[in-house]
Amino acid sequence: MISVEGLSKRYARNTAVDNISFEVQKGQIVGFLGPNGAGKTTTMRILTCFLPPSAGKASVAGFDVLEQPLEVKRRIGYLPETPPLYPEMEVEDYLRFVGKLKGIPGAELPRRLSDAMEKCAVADVRNKLIAKLSKGYRQRVGLAQAIIHNPEVLILDEPTSGLDPKQIHETRELIKGLAGDHTIILSTHILPEVESICERVIIISKGKVVATDTVDHLTNRLRGSESMLVEVEPRDSAIPLDPQEVQRRLEQVAGVSRVVARDIRSVRLQFEVESLQNRTIRAELARAVVESGWNLNELRPVALSLEEVFLQLTSSDAAASIAGDTPEVIQ
Amino acid sequence: MRNVGTIFSKEIRTYFTSPVAYGLMAFFAILSGYFFYVYVAIFVTRGMESQMAGRAMPMDVNEWVVRPVLMNVSVIGLFLIPLITMRVFSEEKARGTMELLTTSPVRDMEIILGKWFAALAMYAAIVAVAFLNILFLYLYGKPEITPILTGFLGLVLQGGMLLAIGTFISTTTKNQIVAAFSTFAICLILWVLDWVSSVSQEAWAKVVSYLSVVTHFEPFSKGVIDTKDVVFYLTMIFLGLFLTARSLESERWRA
Repeated sequence: MISVEGLSKRYARNTAVDNISFEVQKGQIVGFLGPNGAGKTTTMRILTCFLPPSAGKASVAGFDVLEQPLEVKRRIGYLPETPPLYPEMEVEDYLRFVGKLKGIPGAELPRRLSDAMEKCAVADVRNKLIAKLSKGYRQRVGLAQAIIHNPEVLILDEPTSGLDPKQIHETRELIKGLAGDHTIILSTHILPEVESICERVIIISKGKVVATDTVDHLTNRLRGSESMLVEVEPRDSAIPLDPQEVQRRLEQVAGVSRVVARDIRSVRLQFEVESLQNRTIRAELARAVVESGWNLNELRPVALSLEEVFLQLTSSDAAASIAGDTPEVIQ
Repeated sequence: MRNVGTIFSKEIRTYFTSPVAYGLMAFFAILSGYFFYVYVAIFVTRGMESQMAGRAMPMDVNEWVVRPVLMNVSVIGLFLIPLITMRVFSEEKARGTMELLTTSPVRDMEIILGKWFAALAMYAAIVAVAFLNILFLYLYGKPEITPILTGFLGLVLQGGMLLAIGTFISTTTKNQIVAAFSTFAICLILWVLDWVSSVSQEAWAKVVSYLSVVTHFEPFSKGVIDTKDVVFYLTMIFLGLFLTARSLESERWRA
């Protein structure tokens, strides 16, 4: 649906996007993830024909953004970072204006209007001035504006920025509800958002794609080994344990590669235990602790969140090693 | 063409839902009403003087009232232009709505034409207020209709030219004050360029005074439509709109 090949955008002094390539298939929700200034907005602006690329090719539904911009624009719904609203207009008038602008035939317009307003839950403010709307409503009117012509592709630039937690949740549900009919690209620097909405992630940093994969794969690939948190307590709290003894015992467990003391100042001792590649160590750990005559208070996996993955990828040295074996095309 | 219409009607609604349009109309009505009053008063005084003197003087209401009023309206128009055009593109850029327009399946020229026609309609509506005054002359006399109609046409052409230039200037900045001020400066220069003709008759002075808007408006106020003037206005309108299109495009490549 969307194909980007060797795309670059250079400004007078800096390069915002540097030779990136990726593909998005029909019906997918793809998250564009990267720190501020990574080139997310620039890439989206190129896809929406707002900016021309300096080099490379980008096409949407088979139409090149430079050669057939009108065809591309017809198939795209775009929500920029600040929703493009006219404060002096009423919601319904505004959406009608956008609908006409997007080329919806007059006979179809009323149906598309009520459809978009219903989907984005703005029907109750249809006769209100946009200037009087709360930030959450404005964002939803912005979304309604993007979907009014039922575009094949939706491009959403930080759709949840500046909203309160409830509104964020509602917006995410709304976006999830739109999936299936539309191919969606959304940019964000909020990681849980990607984890909760997207099927695929494209991580970009300093204008380069550092990884493209499914959310699950990404977290897994970065952690072939398992990491467990173990909390140990003496059976008799009057006799404290010797942390070094406990650590030595844990290190002896089969399959353990490394033990790091987390918190050993109180009576309860916490250790983080890492396994060797592809080994499960939970059962052995539990047995070892109990057989040594200590209480096992807690044993849980330390999940490597996308946040850590992200930090690993975007800190430059790690990025180099990961990017090397990353398939560039999303299936 | 449908897109031009869409943008045009949206712009017109924006003008008339804000108090600015009514404010400008009121301001214009007061000023043009004042000028109308002054010239009618002069006309009446002269008429009485000629009666007192006992000899009939030619009393031409077109020459003594309509023409000077139109000339003044044309100059007040110069002050209106920046107030109309300052928002045309600057506001869209400042609000980020430019992104909506340029990512919609609409050509740049359609956006520009829609906005320019709307600005012109707004300007014509304001200027039309001055013609209400002139209608009162028909209650008491028979002014010739041609100079009034050509005067209106001239005002619209002159306004169209300055609006095209103002539209171009508003694409260059996000700041409405800057846009208004630069447009005002250019209007002022185009107005006073004519004054060199009273200083010199050399070739350069002729060229400079040719560029002045006032030189080209004068024949219209007398009821004369000269192709030379129409061509001048149309060329300048085309130039202004062309520059606007180039400016929008170059911005995209630079941004």
